[in-house]
Amino acid sequence: MFSTRGSSSSTAIALSAFIADPTNIFRPAGTPASSIFSLSMLVLGITAAIFLVVAGILTFVLIRYRSRDSAGETEQEPAQIYGSNQIELSWTVIPILIVVMLFLATTRVIYTTEHAPRPADALDVTVIGHQFWWEYRYPKLGVVTANELHVPVSDREHPLPTYLTMSSADTDHSFWVPRLAGKMDLIPDKVNTMWIDPQRKDLYLGQCAQYCGVQHAKMLIRVYADTPEDFAAWVTHQQQPAVRDPGVAEGREVFMHNACISCHTIRGTVANGRFGPDLTHVGSRETIASASVLNNPKNLREFIDNPANFKPGALMPPMHLDSHDLDAVTAYLATLK
Amino acid sequence: MATQTPVIEVHNQTAQTPRRLWLEVLHDWVTTVDHKKIGLMYIGYALVFLVIAGFEALLMRVQLAIPNNHFVSPEVFNGLFTMHGTTMVFFVGMPILFGFGNYLIPLMIGARDMAFPRLNAFSFWISAFAGILLYFSYVGGSGLDGAGSALDVGWFAYAPLTARVFSPGHSTDYWTLSLLLTGVGSIGTALNIVATIICMRCPGMKMSRLPLLPWIYLVMSGLTFVAIGPLTAAQIMLMLDRYVGSHFFDTQAGGSAVLWMHFFWIFGHPEVYILVLPAFAFANEIIPVFSRKAIFGYPAMVAASVGIGFISLGVWAHHMFTVGLGPGENTFFTLATMIISVPTGIKIFNWLATLWGGKIQFTTSMMFAVGFLFQFLIAGLTGIMLSAAPFDWQLGNSYFVVAHFHYVLVGAILFMIFSAFYYWYPKMTGRMLSEKLGKWHFWLFVIGFHLTFDFMHVPGLLGMPRRIYTYEADRGWMIWNLIISSGAVFQTVATLLFVYNMVWSYFRGPIAGPDPWDAWTLEWSVSSPPPSYNFAEIPTVASRRPLWDLKHPEDPDSDYEMGPVHPEETQKEGA
Repeated sequence: MFSTRGSSSSTAIALSAFIADPTNIFRPAGTPASSIFSLSMLVLGITAAIFLVVAGILTFVLIRYRSRDSAGETEQEPAQIYGSNQIELSWTVIPILIVVMLFLATTRVIYTTEHAPRPADALDVTVIGHQFWWEYRYPKLGVVTANELHVPVSDREHPLPTYLTMSSADTDHSFWVPRLAGKMDLIPDKVNTMWIDPQRKDLYLGQCAQYCGVQHAKMLIRVYADTPEDFAAWVTHQQQPAVRDPGVAEGREVFMHNACISCHTIRGTVANGRFGPDLTHVGSRETIASASVLNNPKNLREFIDNPANFKPGALMPPMHLDSHDLDAVTAYLATLK
Repeated sequence: MATQTPVIEVHNQTAQTPRRLWLEVLHDWVTTVDHKKIGLMYIGYALVFLVIAGFEALLMRVQLAIPNNHFVSPEVFNGLFTMHGTTMVFFVGMPILFGFGNYLIPLMIGARDMAFPRLNAFSFWISAFAGILLYFSYVGGSGLDGAGSALDVGWFAYAPLTARVFSPGHSTDYWTLSLLLTGVGSIGTALNIVATIICMRCPGMKMSRLPLLPWIYLVMSGLTFVAIGPLTAAQIMLMLDRYVGSHFFDTQAGGSAVLWMHFFWIFGHPEVYILVLPAFAFANEIIPVFSRKAIFGYPAMVAASVGIGFISLGVWAHHMFTVGLGPGENTFFTLATMIISVPTGIKIFNWLATLWGGKIQFTTSMMFAVGFLFQFLIAGLTGIMLSAAPFDWQLGNSYFVVAHFHYVLVGAILFMIFSAFYYWYPKMTGRMLSEKLGKWHFWLFVIGFHLTFDFMHVPGLLGMPRRIYTYEADRGWMIWNLIISSGAVFQTVATLLFVYNMVWSYFRGPIAGPDPWDAWTLEWSVSSPPPSYNFAEIPTVASRRPLWDLKHPEDPDSDYEMGPVHPEETQKEGA
C-alpha cells in the first residue's frame, strides 16, 4: 500500500522528518515575513493568555461545581441565577478593548507591507502561474526562466527588494515562500504585486498554495538569493542565447523536428513556443518538473519519455520517442547550460 | 394548576400499534408531513452522508500519512477532498441541523406541527434528491481535463477551474444542480422555521419567553435567506457560462475570477454561522439542564446570537486576504472579523456563568458539551489569529486553516451534535442511549480528535498548503501527518461505536419515559416518542422554563424574569 519513490534514502527521510523546516513561517528571512512574525507573536501571546484564563476558569468550574450527590439521593436544585448586567458588561467591554489593540497592531503591518515605499533600484520580475509550473520574466534584463527564481540578497544598508508582478495564464495559483513573505494569489486577468527581500544568501523553498488542478501538489517554488555579484553573473549568463554544441546535433534535430518546439522556447533556434517552460538554459537549473525532481540525465530522460512518471496530470504529453531519440534529446538538453 | 401540560399518561399509542407490512411503513415515511418524521429522515439521511464523507476523509489521511505515497492517484485525491467538503457542509451539516430543528422547534414552542407541513416534506425530499445527484457524479460525470469521474474542483470551486475548458466533464454540472436544488430545500425549511416560530407559539410564550434553541434557529434561518441567494445566483451564472456562452467568470473573455470568490464567500461565511449557530442552540438547552441552573443572561444570549448573525454578513472577504484586494479592504475585513469575537465571547462567558454554582452532571451528553466548550474556545482563538490579515497571508490555505475550521466543524459542531443525540435520542425513540458505550464513544473520539486536529496546526505553520495529494519528504511534515492520520483511526472506531449504540439502544436501551433528564422545556412534557399530534391539549406557559414552574410551584421562574407580567397570565397562574 505504501511506497516511496524518488528519495535518496529512508534514513535521510526519517532524519529530515524531525529536523528539517525549510518552509517554517516562524523562521523568517525577509522583511515581510519578519513583520508578520512579530505580529504573530503578539497575537499568539494574547490568545494564549485568553486561553489560559478562560480554560482555567472552565476547568475550575467543572471540578468545583460537579454534582456530588450520589445516585438515589434527593437532589436539591442549586440557586437559580438569571444574569447580571454588570458582569455581562465587563465581559463585553474587555474583549472590545483587546480587539481594538489587536486591530491597530494588525493595520500597521498591513500598511507597512502593502504600502511600502519602493526603492528606485528595486528589481522587477514578472511571475506567471501556469498549470503546473512558474514562469519568471525579468523585463528590464531580458531574461526568461522557469521554476527557479534568482534574486539578489537585500541587506539592511542597501535594500534591494525584488518586486513580483503576478498573474496567471490559466487558473488561480498562489505564490508562497513562507520564509520570505506571506502568499499572494495569481489570478487570470488580474495583476497583483508583492515584494521579497531575502536577507541572506540561501535557497528558499515554497509551493503553489491555491488549488489549481490535478497536479497542484507538485508546483514547487525555489527562490535562490544570490550575492549581487553572483546575481549579476547569473543574469549575464541567462542573457546569452542557447549553447550550440556540435556534439549533440542529433538531439537538437530530434527536438526541432518534434512537437517540442510548439510549446518550448530555446532562444537562438526555431523553437519559440510559449506554452511550456523556456528551455534556453534548462541545463543550468538544479531541478526539473517544477522543482519536483533533480535535474540529471536519468530524470530528464524519464520526464521526456512520459511526464506523468513524475507529475501525473502534467499538461505535457508523453512524447513517444524511441530509446535512441530519447537519449539524443536528453543529451542535447543537458548541454543547454 | 390549570395550565398544566398534558403529560405521559394521556397517550402512549406506540404500544398498541399493530405490526405493519414494511411497504406500509415505507409508504408512511415517504408520504409523511409530520415534522417529527421529517426531522428524523433529515437526521438519518445526514448520518448516511456523514459515514460516506468520513470514509472519504479516512482515505485522504491514509494517502497523506507519508510523503510521496501512491495509495490513491492525484485525480482520485482531488475528487475525495472536493466531495468530502461539499458533502459535509451541504449534506451532513445542513440536514442534520435542520433535522433537529424540525423535530424540536414545534415541540419546544408547544405547537402541533410546523407552519407548512407539506412545504416541509418538499424541502426534505428535494434536498435528499440533491445529495443523490451530487454522488451521481461518481458514476456519470468526468471532472477536470484528463481526470476521472467525480467532482474535483474543490468545494469552493474557484473560477476559472470550473470553466468548460478546464472541467470539460459533467461533474461540475452535477455539483451546480445539486447545490441549486439543496438551496431550494434550505430556503423552504428556513421559511418554515421562521413562520413556525413567529406564528405558532403556544399561549403565553412571548418572544422573551421563547427557549433559546428556537431563538437561535430563527437567526440561523434569517441567515439562510441571505446566504443561499448569492450561492444560487452564482450557480446560475456558472451554468450560463458553461452552456450559454456568457462570460461572468470566464477570465479568457474578460470575466472575473474574483467575482466568483465574492459570490461564493458572501454565501460561504454566513454558512459557517448557519452551521455553528444550531450548535450554540443545543448548548443553550443542554448545559443549563446538566448544570441544574437557568441559562445565565438570556437577553444577552439572544442579543449575541442576533449580533453574530448580522456581523457574519460583513466578514466574507477574510477568505480573500491573499487575493490582492488592497490594504483598505484587508483592514476593513480584519476589523469586522475581529469584532465578531465579542458576541462569541459573551456566549462562552455566559455558559461559564451558567456552570458556575451549578451541580454539574457528567452524562455523556454533558461530556460532549464540555468538549464543545474547550474546543470552541480554541477554534475561536485560532480564528482571531487568522483574522489578522498579515498572519493570514502566511496561514491562509495552509493546513493551519484546515485545522482551524475542523476545530469549528468537528470540535464544536459535531461534538454538540453528538451531545444533542445523547440528549434527545430518548425523546425521539423512547429509549436511552447506552451511557457505557457513550463514554467509550466520547473518550475515543476526544483522543482521535485531538491527535488529528491539534497536530494539524503544525504542518500549516511549517508551510504545508491544503489540497495537495502528496508532499515532499524534505519539508519536515511527515511526522505530523503520521500523527494526524493515526487520530483518524480513533475517530473512525468511535463513530462506528456511536452508530452501533444507536442501533442497539433502539431495541435494547432502557425505557426513557417522558422526562429522563428532569428538564424544563415543553418537549419533555409529552411522551417519548411524542404522539403525532404532539400535545393533546395546547399548553400555556408563564416563563422560559414551563416545566420548572410545574416542578417548583413555590419558586417559579416567572417571578424573576424581566419585563411586565401580563395580568391575565398572572390570573391563570393563580387559578
